[in-house]
Amino acid sequence: MSFLIDSSIMITSQICFFGFGWLFFMRQLFKDYEVRQYVVQVIFSVTFAFSCTMFELIIFEILGVLNSSSRYFHWKMNLCVILLILVFMIPFYIGYFFVSNIRLLHKQRLPFSCLLWLTFMYFFWKLGDPFPILSPKHGILSIEQLISRVGVIGVTLMALLSGFGAVNCPYTYMSYFLRNVTDTDILALERRLLQTMDMIISKKKRMAMARRTMFQKGEVHNKPSGFWGMIKSVTASAPGSEMPDLTLIQQEVDALEELSRQLFLETVDLYATKERIEYSKTFKGKYFNFLGYFFSIYCVWKIFMATINIVFDRVGKTDPVTRGIEITVNYLGIQFDVKFWSQHISFILVGIIIVTSIRGLLITLTKFFYAISSSKSSNVIVLLLAQIMGMYFVSSVLLIRMSMPLEYRTIITEVLGELQFNFYHRWFDVIFLVSALSSILFLYLAHKQAPEKHVAP
Amino acid sequence: MASLDRVKVLVLGDSGVGKSSLVHLLCQNQVLGNPSWTVGCSVDVRVHDYKEGTPEEKTYYIELWDVGGSVGSASSVKSTRTVFYNSVNGIILVHDLTNKKSSQNLYRWSLEVLNRDSMPTGVLVMNGDYDQEKFADNQIPLLVIGTKLDQIHETKRHEVLTRTAFLAEDFNAEEINLDCTNPRYLAAGSSNAVKLSRFFDKVIEMRYFLRDSNQIPGFPDRKRLLGGTFKNLHYD
Repeated sequence: MSFLIDSSIMITSQICFFGFGWLFFMRQLFKDYEVRQYVVQVIFSVTFAFSCTMFELIIFEILGVLNSSSRYFHWKMNLCVILLILVFMIPFYIGYFFVSNIRLLHKQRLPFSCLLWLTFMYFFWKLGDPFPILSPKHGILSIEQLISRVGVIGVTLMALLSGFGAVNCPYTYMSYFLRNVTDTDILALERRLLQTMDMIISKKKRMAMARRTMFQKGEVHNKPSGFWGMIKSVTASAPGSEMPDLTLIQQEVDALEELSRQLFLETVDLYATKERIEYSKTFKGKYFNFLGYFFSIYCVWKIFMATINIVFDRVGKTDPVTRGIEITVNYLGIQFDVKFWSQHISFILVGIIIVTSIRGLLITLTKFFYAISSSKSSNVIVLLLAQIMGMYFVSSVLLIRMSMPLEYRTIITEVLGELQFNFYHRWFDVIFLVSALSSILFLYLAHKQAPEKHVAP
Repeated sequence: MASLDRVKVLVLGDSGVGKSSLVHLLCQNQVLGNPSWTVGCSVDVRVHDYKEGTPEEKTYYIELWDVGGSVGSASSVKSTRTVFYNSVNGIILVHDLTNKKSSQNLYRWSLEVLNRDSMPTGVLVMNGDYDQEKFADNQIPLLVIGTKLDQIHETKRHEVLTRTAFLAEDFNAEEINLDCTNPRYLAAGSSNAVKLSRFFDKVIEMRYFLRDSNQIPGFPDRKRLLGGTFKNLHYD
């Protein structure tokens, strides 16, 4: 009986998450496009719903809500469905929509997409070989095999995003890095842009006029053909020596157009910087500036910890909650009910981690989608994003295990089987370090390059 | 060759509707082989005979400014775009017949241009329905062009063309529906070519022959309410 009640609660929450994913898709992602293939929207919302359900189960685990056996059942079921979607459905549909875009292969969509899916499965399987992810006791098609590989990809993604985010966040928030931009700078650049456009226009006018006179001459001569026609056309083109001129002008125009594009992008950059300067003078801006200093310290600490972990081959044994409680009890001498507080604190901590990672991921996905999608490729890109999202959330579950006290970790360990969790943490640290350091390098180069452009006349 | 007078016509529309292909077709009478994303603005020139076939025939240069981007761009991009909107004599609004959103976004595009003087950041939030008054007040000739006609199935064609007729009516403009990869839609003598010619003639007239309409009017009593949305009368 309680199982039925529990299941109905789970299903209701899943429907809520599904609805949220649907709305997010329609309102945010596909704001400027028309949804023609509803399959894409359904897949995205389903992936989102099942991912959120996993987090919900973790929270229920901590809070002790619902029956423990029904929780276990739902965990298993959820995991199976998510793996099914991530490994079978989404890659197949990505291949299908990708092939549909190519006009040549339009007729044989199905066999080609099956072929693409098989290629994906091959590489996906090969991914597991170089990594010591699981003990060799398991069969070929078990959950552990699939999860281990999904986990590797997801953890890599998480670490890359974390590394970049950790460095980019203080860089964006702090006004120390803002370049000084005045209105005169912007006006000067705009003037240059318009001058370039005028130059392009005058050259194009010459070309258009030349084409027109050639066209009119061509009509008078009535398109000569045959042997005599060839002789005629040779003599006719001599006075019209505008032909070679056209190619020369076209080259000049190409160069000018490239220049105009660069000027446009620089002007956009200046406007964006100006807006940021104005924003930093507001109250909200000052608040974010302060946060930026705080985050930069946090970022440096994280990089330091990651290096320590790798160098000393150390994987954290205890979670922050238990350690914090130990510190307060042992060193500060404050006595309180450990069990009660550890439950609530870990709930809050884990909850914050979950919410911020979901929100952060959705925002990043939206930005990414706006930047690279076009009307042709929007379906493929959304499915890729759904795949990334699913893998990201599955690996979050893997890694969040480390932030929870021992008694709550059991369910994850039980459900996910005998994965080498320590490997994933080490791998996260490595990729995080690599990503953070390369982001620092990248931002440094980008920052260095920009001011010099404005000094040049 | 003597230097001819010029007029400036903007070509606006969402990303991917086919503005670059259209401009290439109009100016060079050829199909664009490899369309790529327009960054910033690309210009092309068309030589046009005003009042062709009459004694007052005169040749003009028509500059087609193809502005790239989308209505939802960042405000820094919008601010930069406004530099291209100076002294505009005509506007061609391009939408994709297979994508309803691109047609709906045309309202926002036209307002971005017509309101650029008073709204430098290009952010406009309106309340209420669009009324024809705003566009009747406007002195700049508009033309609505729908692209990718070949991708509309025969059975749906009537429904789509009715919808675009309403759209053109809202803008108080003529409309042309074509496929930019097929030059025969604009073949000399076809009704599309005639409409195009008429539009360019109107633009030239407005610029050179009607002295008092050189100024581009703003909308002094435009409502600016925060958090409002606009409703579209004709589609759901």
